[in-house]
Amino acid sequence: MGKLGEAGLAATAGPARTLGMEGECRASQARSWGLPAGGAGGDSPGGDAPLPGSISSSSLLQAEVLDLDEDEDDLEVFSKDASLMDMNSFSPLMPTSPLSMINQVKFEDEPDLKDLFITVDEPESHVTTIETFITYRIITKTSRGEFDSSEFEVRRRYQDFLWLKEKLEEAHPTLIIPPLPEKFIVKGMVERFNDDFIETRRKALHKFLNRIADHPTLTFNEDFKIFLTAQASEFSSHKKQGPGLLSRMGQSVRAVALSMRGVKSRPEEFMEMNNFIEIFSQKINLIDKISQRIYKEEREYLDEMKEYGPIHILWSASEEDLADTLKSVASCIDKCCKATEKRMSGFSEALLPVVHEYALYSEMLMAVMKRRDQIQAELDSKVEALTSKKADTDLLTEEIGKLEDKVECANNALKADWERWKQNMQNDIKSAFTNMAEENILYYEQFSIRSP
Amino acid sequence: MEQAAPDPERLWQPAPLEPLSHPDAGLESMVGEETKGARDEGPGDGTMTENNFSLKKIEISVSEAEKRTGRNAMNMQETYTAYLIETRSVEHNDGQSVLTDSLWRRYSEFELLRNYLLVYYPHIVVPPLPEKRAEFVWHKLSADNMDPDFVERRRIGLENFLLRVASHPILCRDKIFYLFLTQEGNWKETVNETGFQLKADSRLKALNATFRVKNPDKRFIELKHYSDELQSVISHLLRVRARVADRLYGVYKVHGNYGRVFSEWSAIEKEMGDGLQSAGHHMDVYASSIDDILEDEEHYADQLKEYLFYAEALRAVCRKHELMQYDLEMAAQDLASKKQQCEELATGTVRTFSLKGMTTKLFGQETPEQREARIKMLEEQIKEGEQQLKSKNLEGREFVRNAWADIERFKEQKNHDLKEALISYAVMQISMCKKVGFGFSEGTSIFRSAGKFL
Repeated sequence: MGKLGEAGLAATAGPARTLGMEGECRASQARSWGLPAGGAGGDSPGGDAPLPGSISSSSLLQAEVLDLDEDEDDLEVFSKDASLMDMNSFSPLMPTSPLSMINQVKFEDEPDLKDLFITVDEPESHVTTIETFITYRIITKTSRGEFDSSEFEVRRRYQDFLWLKEKLEEAHPTLIIPPLPEKFIVKGMVERFNDDFIETRRKALHKFLNRIADHPTLTFNEDFKIFLTAQASEFSSHKKQGPGLLSRMGQSVRAVALSMRGVKSRPEEFMEMNNFIEIFSQKINLIDKISQRIYKEEREYLDEMKEYGPIHILWSASEEDLADTLKSVASCIDKCCKATEKRMSGFSEALLPVVHEYALYSEMLMAVMKRRDQIQAELDSKVEALTSKKADTDLLTEEIGKLEDKVECANNALKADWERWKQNMQNDIKSAFTNMAEENILYYEQFSIRSP
Repeated sequence: MEQAAPDPERLWQPAPLEPLSHPDAGLESMVGEETKGARDEGPGDGTMTENNFSLKKIEISVSEAEKRTGRNAMNMQETYTAYLIETRSVEHNDGQSVLTDSLWRRYSEFELLRNYLLVYYPHIVVPPLPEKRAEFVWHKLSADNMDPDFVERRRIGLENFLLRVASHPILCRDKIFYLFLTQEGNWKETVNETGFQLKADSRLKALNATFRVKNPDKRFIELKHYSDELQSVISHLLRVRARVADRLYGVYKVHGNYGRVFSEWSAIEKEMGDGLQSAGHHMDVYASSIDDILEDEEHYADQLKEYLFYAEALRAVCRKHELMQYDLEMAAQDLASKKQQCEELATGTVRTFSLKGMTTKLFGQETPEQREARIKMLEEQIKEGEQQLKSKNLEGREFVRNAWADIERFKEQKNHDLKEALISYAVMQISMCKKVGFGFSEGTSIFRSAGKFL
């Protein structure tokens, strides 16, 4: 899962809130670097009141004359210039690039970095006059300061998860948000609340929240925190805030219009990314279908095998000399059935959910690419307007400046998150398939031990 | 169809065989079962020369199958398959085999041979033919009689049939069988000339006997029961096996799809690429391994099928017994009633109602001379009837004895064959699993080692 996330709390550049240990570390270092030159004021707050301040060269000179009090409110993000370069000089924990950082990651959990533990369980059915729905209990344990307490228990329904996902997408359009399990499965569903379906969904929701918790950026999202902690009434009133339905619709219409124009020039790396995503999406969806089909076929095979063994017992009843041989063939088949069942459950626990999650992820990736393209398209349209209109040059230039920033941030966010995601994907897929292969080996090894 | 007083002795004696006086008369196949113990080989053997001729070993094989077209009885064009039967005699001393006969036969001729054997050796459990049409088919196998796999399996089945007949201590000496192997043209006519079709018992008669017989030998009742059970359990087994094979085929083949997708995916991956490639390759190997596995299984199924059809042969022997027993009971009953009639006429008392009695009452008695004549006739009939009953009884007992001897032989054969088949089936399953397990472990290690980047 998100083994990468723990170590990379502050990995992402750009519009990311980086609080916690890393921030403290940096801030104190910054202070010690910046201040000796000027000896600002007498109040050097030592090391116990860490205030991350902006480290851009211009403001460093100002640090001498700034009141330290004002710094307290300055929880600004690092500007893009300083973000990667300067951090390297003082923080030993900061790698040179997200890629090299990835290479440093070990595959064990680093327990002291994980400070948010979430479980999803206890599905419960609620019946009202209008509808019937299922809620899931969510328990959160945390040691983070910004949480009011260390343990929380709330109940949420699927709709609430949807809401959370939408808020995350809004706030971080070019980050790869984990996928939610589908609303409903069309094929082979008798009713919405069949036990297997609920269990599968519960597991997927559990995965969903934990992936968010492991994500270096998303884990600090405010809506996420409220989702985990707010009680029923507080939560529903919070949900009602934010842009209304109509404005959201307007936004998406505009987005669609922009994307229709097409992207003029997608940067090279994003072209590559797009290619990968297209092919990956195709392949993973195929694998998903194949895996589901294999499961179905194996299930039917097992059903037939279960009938096969007992016939031999039946036969042994009318034979004398052959009775023993027949009985042992029957027990052979029986063992075969049991081993197959075990192997199948391994398959459905380990492989199917992983493959399916990544099939859903591939849809996410397409959406992320689209959003990135949209942001770029916005910039492109303004630039075009500038070159053609020539009026309101100043306004346009300012807008363009902002949009350029926006595009840059979006791109960087996506790039970093992309590497992280790919890494996770490779690990997950590899371990899922090797688990399945190992299960198979165990299954077949059982046969070499036995003899007829 | 009513037969005009069939000679009861004729019913179950083999056709009078010309003494096979040439040296290679004795047919003993290479499969060669020892004829253990003193076994009565039926009255027909009296005409055989027994211990004087040298027994040479004979090898029989159905070596080829060929598609042919010809015209059938209704002068319509038809396609059929012909099978090449080769007979070799093995020189006792140097072990070399020499091709002595080779001819082509089609399935219908095999059927003719078997029907002939059924009529002339009703006390023998006659080996069955492979199925006429493909049954217990699962989706990969076709039900088409022209399908090459089906033809191949049938070829093996026909060879098996011939070997079983040739290794049967009694059947192997039959002349028609010998001619089947050696005389291509005119064989059909020869068989038909024996008139065996006329001697066959009508199905209706047999059914009637089955229902009405009062006192059949208990062992035959049990045997019939057993053969019913055997047939039902083997059919059930074969049906489920076919479904299991179908499902297994599906599982393996769907895994094959992984192979293609993995290969295509590996093209866009850097670190994981090699792992995916080899995983894909192993999936392909896995998927194609099912073809061999299932071919071996079909062979197993054919072995079971043979005994499925043998059950029918067992039932045929039981039916014959019932028919004979019923015949005997009817004859005894007829005799008893004749005796009673005679007695009544002699003493003049009418103990039972009879039409004759009534008419005499109504229309006056017959003359003493007429009565005498009648009594005389009846007495003759009774004498004849007693003799017939005696010989029927004798025949019946002989039949039971001979049939039971063959049934014991059959039981031993069945237990031996089925035990071997079941064990080799289990061994086959295990070795299949071993192979797959090996394949998976290879695949896993490559998958795991590729793309390790720590």
